[in-house]
Amino acid sequence: MRRKRSPMTLLSRFQPSASGSIIDFDPTASCFEIEGVSLAYGGKPALRDISLRVPRHRVTAFIGPSGCGKSTLLRLLNRLHDLNEEVSHSGRILLEGEDIHAPEVAVDELRRRVGMVFQVPNPFPMSIYENVAFGLRLQGGLTRRRMDDIVEWALQSAALWDEVKDRLRASAWSLSGGQQQRLVIARSLAVRPEVLLLDEPASALDPISTLKIEELIRSLKSQLTLILVTHNMQQAARVSDYTAFLQDGQLVEYAPTDTLFTNPSLRSTENYITGRMA
Amino acid sequence: MSRRLPRTEGPWAWLAAGSVALSLLLLGGLLLLLAVRGLGHFWPASVTLVELEDGRLLAGQAVRELPLERQAGRERLYFTGNRDLDGHVWHWLPVATIVASERPAELVVLERRRHGAFIGRLVAVGEADSLASAQSREAAWARLEAQLAELQELRDERERLRRDVLRPLIRRLDARPDDTAARQALAEANARVRELQQAMGGQAALLESVDGRRLVQPLDEVLRAWQPNAMSLGEKVGAWSQGVWRFLSEGPRDGNTAGGVWPAIFGTVMMVLLMSLLVTPFGVLAAVYLNEVAHQGRLTNLVRIAVRNLAGVPSIVYGVFGLGVFVYGIGGTLDDWFFSDALPSPTFGTGGLLWASLTLALLTLPVVIVATEEGLARIPVQQREGALALGATRLETLTRVVLPMAVPAMLTGVILAVARAAGEVAPLMLVGVAKLAPQIPVDGEFPFLHLDRKFMHLGYHIFDTAFHGNDVQAALPLVYATALLLVLVILVLNLTAIFLRHYFRSRHGVQPRP
Repeated sequence: MRRKRSPMTLLSRFQPSASGSIIDFDPTASCFEIEGVSLAYGGKPALRDISLRVPRHRVTAFIGPSGCGKSTLLRLLNRLHDLNEEVSHSGRILLEGEDIHAPEVAVDELRRRVGMVFQVPNPFPMSIYENVAFGLRLQGGLTRRRMDDIVEWALQSAALWDEVKDRLRASAWSLSGGQQQRLVIARSLAVRPEVLLLDEPASALDPISTLKIEELIRSLKSQLTLILVTHNMQQAARVSDYTAFLQDGQLVEYAPTDTLFTNPSLRSTENYITGRMA
Repeated sequence: MSRRLPRTEGPWAWLAAGSVALSLLLLGGLLLLLAVRGLGHFWPASVTLVELEDGRLLAGQAVRELPLERQAGRERLYFTGNRDLDGHVWHWLPVATIVASERPAELVVLERRRHGAFIGRLVAVGEADSLASAQSREAAWARLEAQLAELQELRDERERLRRDVLRPLIRRLDARPDDTAARQALAEANARVRELQQAMGGQAALLESVDGRRLVQPLDEVLRAWQPNAMSLGEKVGAWSQGVWRFLSEGPRDGNTAGGVWPAIFGTVMMVLLMSLLVTPFGVLAAVYLNEVAHQGRLTNLVRIAVRNLAGVPSIVYGVFGLGVFVYGIGGTLDDWFFSDALPSPTFGTGGLLWASLTLALLTLPVVIVATEEGLARIPVQQREGALALGATRLETLTRVVLPMAVPAMLTGVILAVARAAGEVAPLMLVGVAKLAPQIPVDGEFPFLHLDRKFMHLGYHIFDTAFHGNDVQAALPLVYATALLLVLVILVLNLTAIFLRHYFRSRHGVQPRP
């Protein structure tokens, strides 16, 4: 069964927290708590014993070389691995204190609370309006007027409204790549998630579009928690508040972004961020 | 694309291009042959009056010429008509024996309900018992045309009466034999039909063959008349298009060797549409199960291989299956349960439109499954994940994102299915096609679509006309024309599906990739 929640009550739960300046922030301010998570693809380990806490209403970046498991970890947070029968995992992941793998958790409800934006823009072959309304229609029970309002709000939040307000009925595939990615973000925002997972959201876009996406990410953290996977260290430095460095499926270092980039405590982190490691 | 084949591509490029050219040429040649042989039949060909060495006179339409066997020279085939006078309608004449040939304008061709065509001269038209009085040629011809037009009107009225009044009344009486009002109305309608019949009789034409034999032809048996040698090109084109239209819109006559093919066109299209309606949901559901629901293991792969192999089973085998399971099995049971009053004459326990469509749906099921499955597999995983990430269940993802995107692939399956099903004849002979079923399976009577009725099919009509007629020479042009029509019908059905597919594909354009 799905819980019906009005977006307004949802918003009221986003209390901005007074987070600490270092990694040991107030545990009540953590959104995700990842405890001893390991994961294997058909017996081949991809994540080993990862534990970290993701602060609420902040941007947390996962960085690391290709194949380090950062995307794998991200997809675990909204249980997108569920459909892959070869994946096995252990450990606990808590979202606002609830185990997301608990049997009473409905996976579609979880995914509504934890939205996701992918590397390649994936708007559906529908109109711009229908793309944004897609998640709302799944919930149902909204009047036409209310739906229009939420669609407009979502497009404005994603900084796309001014560009598309005159052609909401046009196909989403008629937009440019950068616009498509912002449309996908608007689509995710429309269902009012608590967390937004971004899997290299700008890696397929041109520099201008990338800039817009980064601005958007910074502006969104007042509304929700963002987790960003990126292989672009400048991007992580520009937009994130906390950064986790992963290597070979292990969490190497996790610290406030300023600290991690200016004063990494481990040699391997320093090597990676200064580009001395492939 | 005006890029020419570069010389450096070597012989392979030329070989490949040559194969394409040859295929197109063969296809074009096939269509051209069908068109020329088939459509030429409806052209009002000139009638030649031929005088032979031995003084005999013949009038006929030259059909073709072949070299003589074991002799020098050629012989020519004439269609001379007049079966009632000569006993046969074709004459092979060695060209060398023809002394003179001319095309007198006064020669007429009459198309008759019995004995086929008459070719000769018109002497007089009038009441059957006062034909002796001589008339001028023009007067006789004018009178003939007037009489034929009048007769056509009477015939049309009789047809209307039969269709709109007599048949419904008879059915009402079948259902309730004690309905006196209906019985009364039936008697009146029958009287009116007899009156019309009476009015049609009485007129006759005095005809004379070119060698001087005379006969009296009752006009109600004459369908059409023309003077081909006196017709202008425009008139001939008019007569030709009328002939083509009659071929398309009328039912067959004379054991399928004359008349039109309308019931066969209708039956073919109806059956293909029904088949598509049946096969699409089944095929799509099966493909969805195989591709989206089933565990992708060895068993699923085995099922997949089996489905692909089913596409290779000869169609007659499906016919046998349809006969055994649908007709005798299911149909027989339905008769026992619901139509036991009509037994022993079967309702669904015999071949019919429904069973034929079902059999062909089964035959084309693998094609639809394979095409849909390939379409489903081509849908990017990002689209599915995008829907799932918004909180859609797997079912919602399937129905709202994946299936709409797979519609063009499904239509590809339907296109292939239609192309295969419309041309199948062998299984139909077992499960419901009829040599002659002048009543099309749709009419104004409840339930409007009669799935239990037998139907005619263009493919079977070709087979039947070519091999089961009395006069192969006369049937041959109709075979060509019907074959051309079959190709055109399949083409139209396919183009419809292709147009639909194009519409669904281009509705959102191609997604631009950054």
